[in-house]
Formats: sequence, C-alpha cells, structure tokens
Amino acid sequence: MTDILFYILSALTLVFGLLVVANPFSRNPVTSAMFLVMTIVSMAGLFVLLHAFFLAVIQVMVYAGAVIVLFLFVIMLLDINEEEKRRFQVFGAVAGSIGLLSIAGVLVKTITTSGIGADRSPSLEGSTPLLGEALFTQYVLPFEIMGLLLLVAMIGVILLSKKELE
Amino acid sequence: MELLSETSTLQSILLFGLLKVVLVIAVLMPMISYSVMAERRICAAIQDRIGPNRVGPFGLLQPIADGLKFLLKEDFTPHHVRKVYFWLAPAVSMIPPFLTIAVIPFGSTLGSQNMVIANLNVGILFTFSVVSLGVYGIVLAGYASNSKYPFLGGIRASAQMISYEIAMGMSVVPLFMLVGDLNLGKVIAYQASGAWLIFKQPLAFVIFLVAAFAETNRLPFDLPESETELVSGYHTEYSSMKFALFFLGEYAAMISISALMVTLFLGGWTLPFWGLAAPASSLIGGLIHIGIFLVKLGLFMGLFIWIRWMLPRFRYDQLMDLGWRRFLPLALLNIVVTAAFLWFFQSN
Repeated sequence: MTDILFYILSALTLVFGLLVVANPFSRNPVTSAMFLVMTIVSMAGLFVLLHAFFLAVIQVMVYAGAVIVLFLFVIMLLDINEEEKRRFQVFGAVAGSIGLLSIAGVLVKTITTSGIGADRSPSLEGSTPLLGEALFTQYVLPFEIMGLLLLVAMIGVILLSKKELE
Repeated sequence: MELLSETSTLQSILLFGLLKVVLVIAVLMPMISYSVMAERRICAAIQDRIGPNRVGPFGLLQPIADGLKFLLKEDFTPHHVRKVYFWLAPAVSMIPPFLTIAVIPFGSTLGSQNMVIANLNVGILFTFSVVSLGVYGIVLAGYASNSKYPFLGGIRASAQMISYEIAMGMSVVPLFMLVGDLNLGKVIAYQASGAWLIFKQPLAFVIFLVAAFAETNRLPFDLPESETELVSGYHTEYSSMKFALFFLGEYAAMISISALMVTLFLGGWTLPFWGLAAPASSLIGGLIHIGIFLVKLGLFMGLFIWIRWMLPRFRYDQLMDLGWRRFLPLALLNIVVTAAFLWFFQSN
C-alpha cells in the first residue's frame, strides 16, 4: 500500500516538476506556477508517507498557500503573457551546475551511507511537540539566526517599498 | 453481521470511512442550498419584505427550483477568456471547504465509530493549510476572465485572504498552548473537562471571527466582489452553473469555517450539562451530539447572514489597516500574555 503510494506520488512530483520548467504545451508563467503548486502538494504527500505530518502540512500552508499565491500576484500584475526567449547566461549556467552538483553529492552520500532495504522504517520523526522541542533546545542558535535573517529581510522590504525616505 | 466480523481492520476503515464521507456530503449539500434559502428569507425579514415563499410549502422547495434554473440556463463562455482556467476556477473554489470538513469532529460516537472522517494529529494545521488553498479558485477566476473588473476582484481577494490568514493563524496559537495538542478531538475533550475556550480566550475568538468573515469574503469584507465598484468582481464573466459553483462555494466555506469555530471555541458536540460532555454510549446519545453540533453550526451561520444585512462594506485601506495594524499585533500580544500566564502558573 505504502509502496504503491510512494511510486504514484514520486512520479507525480517528477512529472509536475518537469511541467513547471519545460511545459511543451504552454509557455504561460501562470501555468508553470500552478504546476509548482501541484509539485508541492505531491511532495507533501511524500512527507506524509515518511510520517512527517507536520512538515507536510506546513509545506502546503506556506508554499502552496502563501508563496505561490504571491508568485501569481507578481506574474499577473506584471502582465507577462508569454515567456520571453531566454538568452544563455554564463552566471545562471555556472550557479545552476554548482547547485546540481552539490545536490547530486548529497544524494550519492545519503544513498551510499544509509543502505537500501525494503523494511526501512522512516527515520524522520514528525510529531509536532518533538520537533518544537528540538528546535528550541538542540538547534536554538540556528533557529534564532534564521529569525534574525527574516527580520532583516522584512526591514529591507519595508525600506524598499517606501517611496520617499526621510 | 457475519460479513462485518470477517472484514479486516483495513477493510473496515475503508468501508466506514467511505460511508462517513458519503453521509457527510449527503448532509452538507442540502445544508449549503438551504443556507442560501435562509439567507434570502432572513434578508427579506430584515428589509421588511416577505422573501421567496411561492415554491412548495413556505417556499421550502425554492433551492430545488434555483438549482434547476442554474442547470437549465445557457452556459455562456465569453470569447476573450482563458478557457482552461475559466473552467477550472469554479471547481477549485468548491474543494477546500469540503476538505476542511474532513478533520472536524461532528459528533462523539455512533456505535463503535468516532464521528470524524479523519482524526489527524495535526488537525488544525491541516485545516489552515486547506483554507489557504481557497484563494486559488478566486485568483484563477480573476485571471481567466481576462477583463478588468474580475482581475481587480481576484487581486483584491488574494491580498485580503493572505492578510487575514496570518491574523487567523496567530489568533489560535494561544488555544493550543492551553490545550497542548493540535488534534481537534483533544481540543473538544479539553473544553468538555473545563470551560469552553470562548470564555478563556475571548480576544482570540473575536479575532478569529472577524478573520473568518474576511476569509469567506462576506460583508462587511466582501471587497473582492463589491457589486457597486467591481460589478461583482471575480465572477462577472460567469453564468449559469459555473456562477452557481462560486456561489455555493462561498456558503460551503461559511459552513466549514463555522464548524471550525464551533470546534475551537464552543466545545464542538458537547454541552456542559445533562451529562452531554462525555462521549455517547448509545445510538440516541450519538445522534443528540450530532444534533448539538448542527445547532451550534446553525447559530454561526445565522450570525454570518445577520451581519451581512446589518453592516456596510469596509473601504479597502480600512480592511488592510484592521488586519495588519490592529489584529496581528493583538494576536501576538495574546500569545505572549498566554505564554506568560502559563509559565507563571505552571512553573511553581
């Protein structure tokens, strides 16, 4: 049962993810954003299979419910109807390949060290109180730094959106 | 009966789960259409009119006549719309309210079954994440219509819903600090053993109630459709059954958010007297609990309708001001005060 669900959900995630970046039928940015929503929802399904319910729900709430809505907002307000033909950019290509290589490295390391078997129980523990406790005891410094970063970003946005600065 | 005892756990979960889903939808659909009817009758009473009373006894068959009218009308698609999204949007707007109902305990027990479709440990977070998806139906409708007023309505709706979602989410945090669990069943058990949370967290209730009006796009916060400025906003271009889906989606959202408020603040299916706070041991008791839940739900629906015909519409800047500069700080303050209270009384 879980196996079948895993294959269905990961296939959906991959297909939708592909349709976000390379949709053969439409180059409409809104369509891409909507497929990104579908990708995120299928990924939330994968989190559920890992018993990480909290992550799954937060994934849908934050990304599908807020971030992509803001994407749509921007796309619609800027009125981008057809995506422009992209020129080859050296910076983009370099950044992209570095990102790809790092992710590949992480994947290879995980697969070689964790070992693959049929009856591996999920090592993620998804219950909310445990997650909260870990965040506020063991990982409290990174957590606070993230909070500070977000605060800085927020102040930056407020400054940028002010028309005249006194 | 022999057949039942032979089925495995998985099969019985699937069987009873399916049964509950079918039953809930069978109750919910007439509830939606009759709340439209209630709205028209109450509005008529408030404006000193009679309201629809021609179809059937006391006009009770009016929803059926309305439904038939919607189905038989010409389904007109303007030529300038984006077809796929134009068809998708009404359907998308109906899904989130139904998904929300899935985690709400609408009764204690009937026989050996808990009266909740999915007893999730992250219940409340699930409802918030589903409610946050509700914005897509409206945004897509605004985009698909490809004309000015619907587009403005769609943009307004998304800004409004995102803003009030935050205030709403923050307002319930103190509740769960008191309860110590995100499961909606536990929230009800907590309220059954003590006072209802509306008495312990009145500020949270007020914020949640107002945010609920904004989330369902009801007056005084119906800026996305405001007829007088936007020609009914995101559904200007829609006709016949597609329009009806938006219309029914609004009422379904009202029902689901009312159900959520009943569960969070009014003790769900419990009543603090006549021994109705404990889970039912008999079939009759179970049915009474479902009845109590439906009555409380009806009270909230009445409030929604009543307020719509009593208050004028807010201005858009007032709406944003209220959400961001009043409710969000108040909700944050409520969290800090509750945390201080809990720390002070639990540490010694």
